[in-house]
Amino acid sequence: MATLKELSQRPELLAGGHRLCAGCGASIAVRQILLAASKYPLVAVNATGCLEVATSIYPYTAWRIPWMHSAFENAAATIAGIEAMYRSLKRQGKFPQDRTIKFIAFGGDGGTYDIGLQALSGALERGHSFLYVCYDNGAYMNTGIQRSSSTPFGASTTTSPAGKVIPGKLQERKDLTAIVAAHHIPYLAQATIGQWRDLVAKAEKALSVEGPSFLNVLAPCHRGWRVSEIDSAVSISRLAVETCFWPLYEVEDGRYQLNYKPKTKVPLTEWLKAQGRFEHLFHPERAELLEQAQQQVDLHWDKLLELCGEEKHP
Amino acid sequence: MGQIVAFTGNTAIAEAMRQINPDVCAAYPITPSTEIMQQYSSFVADGLVDTELVAVESEHSALSACIGAAAAGGRVMTATSSQGLALMWEMLYIASGTRLPIVMTVVNRALSSPLNIHGDHSDSMGARDSGWIQLYSENAQEAYDNLIQAMRIGQDMRVRLPVMVCMDGFIISHSIERMELLADSQVKNFVKEYIPHYPLLDTDHPVTYGPIDLQDYYTEHKRQQVEAMREAKGVILEVAEEFRALSGREYAFFGEYQLRDAEVAIMVLGSAGGTAQAVVDELRADGVKAGLLKLRVFRPFPWEEINQSLGHLKALAVLDRADSFGAFGGPVFHEVRAALMESSHPPKVLGHIYGLGGRDLGLEDIRRVYRELERVARGGQVNQVVDYLTVRE
Repeated sequence: MATLKELSQRPELLAGGHRLCAGCGASIAVRQILLAASKYPLVAVNATGCLEVATSIYPYTAWRIPWMHSAFENAAATIAGIEAMYRSLKRQGKFPQDRTIKFIAFGGDGGTYDIGLQALSGALERGHSFLYVCYDNGAYMNTGIQRSSSTPFGASTTTSPAGKVIPGKLQERKDLTAIVAAHHIPYLAQATIGQWRDLVAKAEKALSVEGPSFLNVLAPCHRGWRVSEIDSAVSISRLAVETCFWPLYEVEDGRYQLNYKPKTKVPLTEWLKAQGRFEHLFHPERAELLEQAQQQVDLHWDKLLELCGEEKHP
Repeated sequence: MGQIVAFTGNTAIAEAMRQINPDVCAAYPITPSTEIMQQYSSFVADGLVDTELVAVESEHSALSACIGAAAAGGRVMTATSSQGLALMWEMLYIASGTRLPIVMTVVNRALSSPLNIHGDHSDSMGARDSGWIQLYSENAQEAYDNLIQAMRIGQDMRVRLPVMVCMDGFIISHSIERMELLADSQVKNFVKEYIPHYPLLDTDHPVTYGPIDLQDYYTEHKRQQVEAMREAKGVILEVAEEFRALSGREYAFFGEYQLRDAEVAIMVLGSAGGTAQAVVDELRADGVKAGLLKLRVFRPFPWEEINQSLGHLKALAVLDRADSFGAFGGPVFHEVRAALMESSHPPKVLGHIYGLGGRDLGLEDIRRVYRELERVARGGQVNQVVDYLTVRE
């Protein structure tokens, strides 16, 4: 993969001056992925969400590449149409034969895990050549922190508030990466912004394959995660990896590969207590919920180790 | 004269699409439009067209993919019916607001609930405010001719709007009729080479499509759509004139039948036009001054021309194949009635809802409407301004 020096010399395709929050994880994810992608001519599509509204306030745009937003649930269908036109025109000789465009769709977890799941599944199954990037911040942040199917167990959001009776979100999060893996696409991976080398390498790999590829990128949102330090995105995303809440792995032609194995698994509570959205879980009478959350992480981590042919932690 | 064939409406549309040869089609099966894409898929499989066919997983994705493909820079078509159009609803507005000249055949079918697969206009009438041009067809020939003209209307730089070509489910889509085809080369020359504007695939000149557009510009952008619809009126007539020169078949905003000296008339869209015409012939033979207006273009709504054509009547009945629940009559009725308010002596205007869920409209039903119109024209009391035809009550 490209060195840091090389990356630093590449053009910034998402211009500064956009209106995303200072310290936003999504913008870091997009920047890193576009640095990896910038050697190709690119066309990008965005689902409705923070990234879209904050980068395209008419008459301004932060996008230095052709970019389209059409609706919330259809980023995958929209990019599929663009890619189909590209293939059609190229086949008909109406587009230069020696020019290869790469197509990238960006969506948040709301636009991907929930409302856009069907369109994503359809586009993956049909085999369009595109990279879908889910920037996963675990809730509908653009509309004000509502629960999504990616919201972690126990998290307090504005539609799963921690109340006197109900302690935040009662359901486990959906494993979207596994759902995507079930589509048997050439390449997919989980990554996060704090591990930039890993993310950039994965973006490069994802763009090098023929057919669909997918990156699920944990992208912290200090507003929604209730973290007062706005420069916390990198450190808190690393902690998510160290606790095995967010394992870094990839699936290449069906083969699972673990990309990082912490020497010792950091207790999940270390990650949870850094975020205000889990604060209510630390009351003594809710100890059982903390235990339950740890058990979920352990179970999925062990399963993943097995898929990757790795030894379990002692 | 072109080749004479016996085609169903669906086959006529598929044939027109083959001749137009769009770059991308994205579609999803739904009765009664399924056959169009089914036949088109065979054309693709047999290499008769250059089209990239995207067999999507829903109508929402069908139109989303069409929108992406059109913005990418090429000619795009699709087809749907009923629930499919309803599922596209969100994207209809995005296609028109983004000014993408997608052409879609809507094989009209009733909307659920209750579930019904037969023809009425509740689907496309529900989309009448979505910013799409709407052309209605009386038979397979008109559906074929409309589709070819739709391509030229939508892509015209004065317009740049998506176009819906509507035809009645089953009554037209599945009935075999005699019709004439144009030669492949004639269609190809008529629709012309598609010229993309600001294509996404021109990566050397990046453009942003679909930005967030707030209080400071949104109104102006909507106003531009209004202007495009206004411009579309002239373009529709220009294209019709060119099409007449090519095919010998005449098109305008509507077809007039025995209207000039008529005292009473019916206005209708779609397949019921032929039935009404037969009744007008009978009545004329009996000396009744009956006329008929068959509306082809519902969007843009040609209200001035309708006024001119119908202003002299004593009584008019507008037949709607869709209801607008809770409104004062069906969608065509209330727009026509409002338009006629601009006449110096507007006729009495009655509204009838008919043919919902594919219920047949017989000659006798139409005769009854004319009898009522004659009575009202002679100064008789209007018993009910808006009423249902062919209903058990």
